[in-house]
Amino acid sequence: MPSLATLLRLAALLVLLAFFLQPAWFEPLLRPLVQANAPAIYDRGNLFWLTMLHLRTVFVATLAAALVAVSLAILVTREAGAEFLPLSRSLVNIGQTFPPVAVLALAVPIFGFGEKPTLIALFLYGLLPIFENALTGLTTLPPAVMEAARGAGMTERQRLFKIELPLALPVILTGIRLSVVISLATATIGSTVAARTLGEVIIAGLQSNNLAFVLQGGLIVAVLAVLIHDALQGLERALAGRAHV
Amino acid sequence: MAIGTIEEKERSGLRLDKLGIIIAALAAYGAFLAPFATFKANRIVQGEAKAIWEALPTALGYGLLALVSLAAILAFVKSSVSVRVAAALATLVALCLLIGIAADSLTPPGSSYARVSPASGFWLLVFAFALLLADALTRLNPGPGVRVLLLVGILALLGAMLASGHWDGLSIMREYASRAASFRAEAGRHLTLALGSLAAAAAIGLPLGILCHRVDRLRAGVLGVLNAIQTIPSLALFGILIAPLGWIAAQVPGAAAIGIRGIGVAPAFVALFLYSLLPMVANTVVGLAGVPHAANDAARGLGMTDRQRLVAIEFPLAFPVILAGIRIVLVQNIGLATIAALIGGGGFGVFVFQGIGQTAMDLVLLGAVPTVVLAFVAAIVLDALVEATRGRGKVQ
Repeated sequence: MPSLATLLRLAALLVLLAFFLQPAWFEPLLRPLVQANAPAIYDRGNLFWLTMLHLRTVFVATLAAALVAVSLAILVTREAGAEFLPLSRSLVNIGQTFPPVAVLALAVPIFGFGEKPTLIALFLYGLLPIFENALTGLTTLPPAVMEAARGAGMTERQRLFKIELPLALPVILTGIRLSVVISLATATIGSTVAARTLGEVIIAGLQSNNLAFVLQGGLIVAVLAVLIHDALQGLERALAGRAHV
Repeated sequence: MAIGTIEEKERSGLRLDKLGIIIAALAAYGAFLAPFATFKANRIVQGEAKAIWEALPTALGYGLLALVSLAAILAFVKSSVSVRVAAALATLVALCLLIGIAADSLTPPGSSYARVSPASGFWLLVFAFALLLADALTRLNPGPGVRVLLLVGILALLGAMLASGHWDGLSIMREYASRAASFRAEAGRHLTLALGSLAAAAAIGLPLGILCHRVDRLRAGVLGVLNAIQTIPSLALFGILIAPLGWIAAQVPGAAAIGIRGIGVAPAFVALFLYSLLPMVANTVVGLAGVPHAANDAARGLGMTDRQRLVAIEFPLAFPVILAGIRIVLVQNIGLATIAALIGGGGFGVFVFQGIGQTAMDLVLLGAVPTVVLAFVAAIVLDALVEATRGRGKVQ
C-alpha cells in the first residue's frame, strides 16, 4: 500500500503531464490572474519543449559537475594529492560565497549570450556541493573497513573502486541531489542571458505583467524540483540500505 | 622502494611544490601569453588586447614580468609559508597598482571615450597569486581574530586604492563615475534588502525554531513547508509575490503609505525573508537538539524554569549553530538580492541586468564585483564569529 506522500507525488506528476498535454483544461484556473485580453497560458513557445530544454541544461551541467567534482575529491584524498586537501576545502568555502547571478554575469563576457554561460554557471555552482559531499564521504570511511581491505591485499585501485566509492556513494548522491535542486532553480536566471529555459516564461510574465505566466513557469520548476529531489532521495535510501546489508 | 624515495627526497635540497607547479603554469600563461589589458576607442567597439609590455611603460612592464617570475619560482620550490605569503601579497599589490597605471598610459591624453579594462591575463595572474595566498594562509591556519584583521587590512588597501583615484582610468570606474549617485542608492537598497530580510527572518525564525524544537508535531510540518518554498525559483517567487502585495496595497488602508507595493522593494523583501526562514528555523532546531541532556538535567536540578533554562543554558549552547544559520542566510541574501532588480526592487542587480541588456560588461562588473565582495566579507566575518563562539563554548 503506497503511502500518502507517494500518492501526492504521483498526483503532482499527473497534473504536470496533464498541463503539458491539455493546457486548456487549466485556463479557467489561471484566467482570473490576467487582464481581460491577455493569454492565460504561455503562448510564445511550447511549454513541454522548454521544460525539456531546461532539464537538459541542468542534466548536462550536473553530469559534468559530478564527474569533475568526484574526480577532484578522489585526487585530493589520494596520497599524491594530499597536499591539495586543505586548499581545496578553503576554495570550496570561498566558492560558495559567489552569488549565482554574479557567476552568470561574469561568464557572459567570456562565453557570450545563450546557453553556454548558463551551463558554465550551473557547472561551477554545482561543483561545490558535490565536491564537499564526496570529500566527506571519502574521508569519513570506517577505519576498520579500510584496514580490512588493506589486510586482504587489495591494491589502492581496487580499494577505491570496490570499497571507498561504493561506501561513499550515498553521500555523493546527496551532494548531487542538492546540486540538481539548486541548478533547477538557478537555470531560470539563465534566461536573462537568453538561454532557453523555463525562466523565459517567468521573464515574459514579469515583462508583460502577466502573473499567470510567472506562476506557470515557477510552479513547473518547483514541481520538477520536488519530484526529482524525492526520486534521488529514494535512490539514496535504496543504495544506503544495500550498503548496510 | 618506498624507503628509497623518502631518502631521495631528503637528499635533494630543492623540493617542488605540486600546487606551485600549477600556480607557476597559470602565472606564466597569464604573464606571457594572455593579454593584460583591453583597450577600446569607445564603449561599444571591439577591444584591442595588450600584453604586459605593451600596456605598461617599459621599465614597469619588465619589472612586473620579473616580479611575477620570481614569485612563481618561490611558489614552485618548497619555500617557507611566510615567504609564500610575502610573494603572493607583493605580486597582488603590484598587479593592483600597475593595472591603474596601464589604464593611464593606454588612454590617449584628453580622451573621455577610450576605455581600458583588465583582460584575461590580469585576472589569471590575480587568480594564481590569490590561490597561492589562500594556500599559504590555509597552511598557517590563523585564528578567527587574525583572519578578520587580515580582511580589514585588505579592505583598507582596496579603499585607499579607490579613494586615491589610482583606478579612475579603468572602465569600471568610469562607469561608476557616471553613476556615482545611483550606485550609492542601489548599494543602500541592496544592503537594506539583505540585512533587513535577515533581521525579519531572525525575529520570526528564532521563536518558530524554539517552538518547533518543543512541539514535535509542528516540526515536520513547518520544515516541510519551508523546504517547499526553497524549491520555487527565486525569479518566480519574486514575481508571484507581486500579486498579493499589490492587492494588500490596494485594499488595506495605510499599507501603501508604509511602502507596500506590488512591484519594487516589498515583494523582494518578502521573498528574501521567506527564503531565509528555512536556514534560521532548521539551524535553531538542530542547535537546540544538540544541547547535551546533562546540561538540561543539571539546570532542571537547580530548579530553573523553562524560560530560564532557554535563556541561560539552551540558547547560549545552541548559539554557534544558530549563527551558522545566520551566515548561510546573509551570504545567500546578498546574492539573491541581485534578482530584485528584475522586479524593480533595486540593488546591485540593476547594474548587472542593465549591463547585460546593453552588452556593456564594465557595467555588469560594476554590479557583480561589489556583490561578490560583500558576500565574501560577510562569509569571512561570520565564519570567524562562528568559530570564536564555538571556541569559547569549549573552554567553558
